[in-house]
Order: sequence, then C-alpha cells, then structure tokens
Amino acid sequence: MSQTKRFKQGVSLFLVLTLAIGMFAGCGGSAQTPPSSSAAPGASPAAPQSNIADVQQQAQSSGDFDWKQYEGTTVKVSFVQHTVADAIVSKLPEFTEKTGIKVEYSITPEASYFDKLSTSLSSRSGDPDLFMSGAYQLWDYSTAGFVEDLDNFLQDASKITSDYDFEDIVPSAVAALKWNGIPGYPVGEGAQLALPLAFEIYSLAYNTRAFAENNLEVPKTYEDLLKVCDALRGWNGPGSYAIALRGARDWGTIHPGYMSTYANFGAVDFAQQDDKLVSMVNSPEAIAMTEFWVELIKRGGSSSWSNYTWYEAGADLGAGKAAMMFDADNNGIHQNWDGASQEAGNIAWTVMPVAKEGDTPNSNYWTWAMAMNSASKNKDAAWMFLMYFTSKEFAHYASVDMNSLDPARTSVWDSDAFKSKMAKQPGYIETYNATIDSTTILFTPQPYFFETTTEWAATLQDIVAGQYSSVEEGMNALKAKIDKAVSDIDLSAYY
Amino acid sequence: MPKLNVSHPSINYNEVPKKIRMRPYYIIAPGLLILIGILIPFATAIFLSLTNYSFRLPTWKLVGLKNWIDTLTDPSFYHALWVTIKYAVLCTGTQMILGTVIALLLRKDTRYSRILKVLFTFPLMVAPAIAVLIWQLMTSNSIGVLEKLLNIFGIYGFPWASSHSTAMFTAVLIDTWVNTPFILLLVLAGLQSLPKSPFEAAEVDGASRWFIFKTLTLPMLKPFLYIALLFRLMASLQEFGIIYALTKGGPGDTLMNISLTGYMTAFQYQRLGSALPYLLVLWTIVNISAKFLVKRQRKLAKQAQGY
Repeated sequence: MSQTKRFKQGVSLFLVLTLAIGMFAGCGGSAQTPPSSSAAPGASPAAPQSNIADVQQQAQSSGDFDWKQYEGTTVKVSFVQHTVADAIVSKLPEFTEKTGIKVEYSITPEASYFDKLSTSLSSRSGDPDLFMSGAYQLWDYSTAGFVEDLDNFLQDASKITSDYDFEDIVPSAVAALKWNGIPGYPVGEGAQLALPLAFEIYSLAYNTRAFAENNLEVPKTYEDLLKVCDALRGWNGPGSYAIALRGARDWGTIHPGYMSTYANFGAVDFAQQDDKLVSMVNSPEAIAMTEFWVELIKRGGSSSWSNYTWYEAGADLGAGKAAMMFDADNNGIHQNWDGASQEAGNIAWTVMPVAKEGDTPNSNYWTWAMAMNSASKNKDAAWMFLMYFTSKEFAHYASVDMNSLDPARTSVWDSDAFKSKMAKQPGYIETYNATIDSTTILFTPQPYFFETTTEWAATLQDIVAGQYSSVEEGMNALKAKIDKAVSDIDLSAYY
Repeated sequence: MPKLNVSHPSINYNEVPKKIRMRPYYIIAPGLLILIGILIPFATAIFLSLTNYSFRLPTWKLVGLKNWIDTLTDPSFYHALWVTIKYAVLCTGTQMILGTVIALLLRKDTRYSRILKVLFTFPLMVAPAIAVLIWQLMTSNSIGVLEKLLNIFGIYGFPWASSHSTAMFTAVLIDTWVNTPFILLLVLAGLQSLPKSPFEAAEVDGASRWFIFKTLTLPMLKPFLYIALLFRLMASLQEFGIIYALTKGGPGDTLMNISLTGYMTAFQYQRLGSALPYLLVLWTIVNISAKFLVKRQRKLAKQAQGY
C-alpha cells in the first residue's frame, strides 16, 4: 500500500472518528436528569412544608446572622434591563462589603433576554447562578428542571434571618411564583420558583387634559370605552388616537389588557379533557371578547398597533398621541414624572373597564422575580444575594429612590415616603387597592407558554388585518395551532 | 509517438528524516482543523434533526424522519419558503439595479463623486439591527421624520411595517438602504478595472453611449455583477436580523421566512430537533444557488478575458 493511500485512509478514519465523537459528546451530555432539589415537574418541595413565619422565629436576627460565611465566593446574575436591575446594581458595592460575595452580572434588553437565558440555562453549566424571570417563563424552565425550589432556603432556619419578614411580600405575588409543575394546575401551590422584585397589574391610564377638553367621562364599561374611542379620534391633532394597546408579534401582546379582559368576559385559555390540555380560544366567550378587542383596536387604536410593545404604547401616551392606555399600571408612571414627557402631569389612572359598573375587575399579573439556577454551584451564596435584594430595606430603596414599580413589599405600599412620592400620580394607589385582590395569573400554567401566546398574538394581528373572514374563523385556526403545540402533554403522567 | 519512460528512483521512506516525513501533515493540519470545525456542527445538526432534542427536555431520543415529515407536510414551511424567496428576489433585484446605476453615475472621478462615494458607504458601517432601530424611529407615527414628511402631503399614520400590505416593502427598503452600498463598491471596483482601449476605440468609431454600455461595459462588468449577486442573494436568503428587529416576522406570518421560523422554533419554542429541518433546507437552497452562480461567474470571467 502506498504512503499516499495510507495517509488518505488515516485522515478519513480520523475525520470519521472526530465527527462521531464530537456528535456524541455534543449530544450525550443532554441525557441529564433534573437535580433532586430542583423544582421538577410534579415534585413536591424538597423541604417539608411548614410555616415560614415559624421558621423565621427560630432564625437568628439580621444582626447576629453570619453574612460573611460565603466570603470570597462569586455569584453570577442575569438581569433584564429594568429599573429594579438598576437599583440592584447601584447597591452591589454595599452587598459585597457586607457579605464578601463578589457579583458578576449581565444586563440584557427584554427583547432578547429570554432567548439568551434559555440557552444559558439549558447548558447546565450553572452560569448564571441567579436570573430575573417572570412567572410564565418559569413554567417552561421549571418543567425542564432548571429552577431551584426556594423553599429549600425559606424553610431552613439556618439560612434565613428572623427579620426577613416573608409575610410582608405581597401574598399574591408570592403565590404567582409558586407552581407544582403539573400542566393545567393553577399557580399558588408547589415549589417556590422565585421571589418577586417588582410586579405590575393592569389598569387604564388616561390623559386628563384630553378628557377635560372634550367634556368626557372616564369610561367604566366596555360600551363607554368604545364611545370614548370614537370621541377621541384625532383629539390632539392629526395622527393622534384614543387608546394605546400592545400588538407586537410576541407573548407580551396577550398578557396585559387582552388577557385581563379575556378573563372578564368569562373566557379561559385551556380546559382539561381526557388527560390532555385543550385550547378554549374558540369558546363563545373568547370569540365575543376578541370581537370586542378587534373593535377597540379599529375604533381607537394606533395605525401602527401591530408594532406596539409596552414601550411604544407608553411613549404615545406621554407624547400626547394616545389619550388612554390599557396596559401595566407602572408603564404610564414613567411618562408622568416631572418633565419626563410632553404630557407629564396630565396622566391619571383608573380601574380597567368591565361589562357593567360594579363588576370585579380581574387583572392578570406580571412579576419580575429572581430565580435560582438549579445547576448553580454557589447556591448558598446566591441565596444570600436573593435574601438581601428581596429585603424590606432594599424594596423601599428600589421603589422610593430608584423608581422601581410596583413594589413587591406591603410595607413599601404602606410607607409615607412611598405615598408621598406617588401623590403626583392621581389614581395610581387607589387603582392598585381596587384591583390587587382580584389580581392573579389568568393563564393556565403549561410549559409551552411562549409558543402558544406568540401564535395567539400572530393570529390576533391577522384577525385585525382582516386575513380571516371572521373572528371565529381566526380563533378556530388558533385553537388548532395551540392544540398541536401542547399535544405531547399527557396529564396522566403526573397523577 | 515514442513512449516516454519515466522511472522514479526508489525511495526508502524510513531513511527520510521524520521532520521531512511529517511535513505534509503539518501543511494540511490548519485546513484539517478548519474542516473539522465546519463539519462537526453540520453533522451534529443533521443528527439532531433526527431526534426530539429540546432545551426543555432533560433527555432526548431518536425519532427518525418525524421532524422532516412534519416540516415538509406543514403549510407554514411552504409559506416560509415563499417569503424567503420573495424577500431574496426583491432585495437582491432592487439592490443590484440601484447599486449598478449609482456606480455608473459616480464613475467619473470628480470632487462631488468622491464625496458622494464616502456618503453612500455610511449605511454599510451600520449594523443591520441598528439600521432597523434608526428606521423604526424615522417611521414612527409619533416622532418619525418620515411621518412628518408624509404629513406635508396629507398622509397620516402610514402603516410601514405594521400592515400586512406594507411590511415586506418596509423590510426590503431597510435592507436596500443597508446593503446597496456593498453592490455600489463592488461595481465601482469593477468599472475601474476595465481596460480603457476598447472604450477609446468605440468612441473614436462614434458609438453611442447606450451602444458602448450594452456591448462593452455590461458584458465586461458581468463577472463583478455575478460576485455581487452571489453575496447578496446568499445573505438575503438567510436574512434574519432586519426582519426580527423590525416585526419578529409579523404582522401575522407576513415576514416569517425560513431563518426566522427556524430560530423561533429552536430558541423561543425550544424545539431544536423540529427547527433543524428548516435550517438544513435553507442551507441546501443557499448551497445550490451559490454553486450555480459561482459556475456562471467563472464562465463569464473566462469569456471576459477572451478565453
């Protein structure tokens, strides 16, 4: 055999072996099993359930607690770009001084945050140790075993301080971040997937000048809202319109005003049938609600509605383009601080419109929370970070000094400093008080949240643009897509 | 014809110093490493397309051709394919025409043409995602310069990317703004490299400008045009950044091309196994297009050189 031939054979063999090894090394690592302490699907919390208040009583006070026990450890944190992230970053030197724990962090804009985070978590490298998330995303992540059950720390007297005051965290925000991992099973039970840093509820923000100049009453019902939309078309010159709503092709379009109104029409997103989750988006209630929503967009919305995220909606309210905004209560606030926008000082808040006056305004919930990576190699140090930055003192600082809203601590809502700060935001606290008790996560927890809500937003765009002959036809098509997306969920596997 | 008898002196390779014997291996080593670097992800992608691999599942299993069958029987695949081809043809066609015309206009070396050449290359220095942000600001109905400009003509709230009927136009417009300078630079380089004598001879013979353009300039420029076409067509077929930053594929599925559908399926819906057939089909389309264009370009280059 010639040298050339032998060389060629050698190279071929080497290539084949390298490819095979590379392929299996790349894939073989996938055969992971969720860590035993993570919030695995259907798993009950690792620590025995007990009252966290009792645990706190057995714990040391903050003064006696050894904050330096993980000195020298480095904790990596993923933040989304948000006022609460700014507040945390501004206090990192104090945290490091108190604990000796170094913090490395990244801040990513919301548009690409979850794509980046999903990839990092799935690598199972333990980087980041902690990450900001909403409750919906945690359904995906916890099902995959990526999320640590924080009850492991909250129910351990050696890891919590007696003055942490867990009960002070707004109870509905805590409940929104608890889930037992069973698709279709509501939030509020199971593993504590994260702790809230800030949250938002949904209400109607409006421009008082627009309503005063046009002698209009603030709408309380759907009927009022549509009438007001007609009256406010072009209210501030050509191009101005009545109501700013989200409409971009992503999950963010569905969860604020749309989902709140959807629930107020009596519609639900899923039902359980024969161990399967079945989409209910084509129910009579869902179709009636979507018909109303399409009417609202056509009669009162922006001509660029389908490009609108929370940012564009808020900007139009501040710029005097939109007279109203049905969105997160804290969105309009950032347009209403002194000098923040053209219409600063003219924005006020009221409870979202309902079918008839006196009906309960059910609002969906969004929480920006901090969760722990179950693959983290520094869980105890990461817990120190979590406890420090979800404390009463920090929550007060973040809201009062750094404009992080809505505060996740009841003590902040009750504080004079916060009330005084929000005095120039008419109706904000009153609307919160009128809505918070009927605020909960209105989506059915399931691990395909991104897929189902993105398809929902895309279909809504098609319906508004007249791509379907009727709303019913569009919602039937959406039901088929969602049913296909969740078809591999077998509920019998959880019982 | 006499047979040429060439005999090689017999070499005993064991007597050749090891350093010299290993030399061929050292020479090909960098190329081999690059080849492995390219082939491993590619082979992995093919393999994973036969699994149910997902970022959310702790384990994966082989599912055979299920992902491929699901993709090829899904109407949204054919919609994505159509959007991909439409976008690529519109972008490449518009940019080729505009880039060539502007290059011909700036062919003469004057002070103004030098200034304009610099100005025209500015968009090329802007990242596509930033270009989209600039255009989103310009087309914003609240604060946009273009909106204000249209207001002068009595047009209010032009929908730009937010309407099914104008979204493709807006995306192509932004792509054209960013990438036409690339064609312009390539065509200008081509024009400057053309020999002067055929043009001087044609002028002496009294040939019209149009005649010179169609019989001399264009045929001699074709190899350069093919290179420009090759680069732009491949990039347009794979376009992701501009569309994602602009509308995330919306409104509805209007701009959901193969790249976007693959990305959303892989990373947002976390179904990597299901996404890979989309991306491998795109690779095949780009590969076939590129091979065809390279072959044509080589043939034309030979013709232009008189072979």
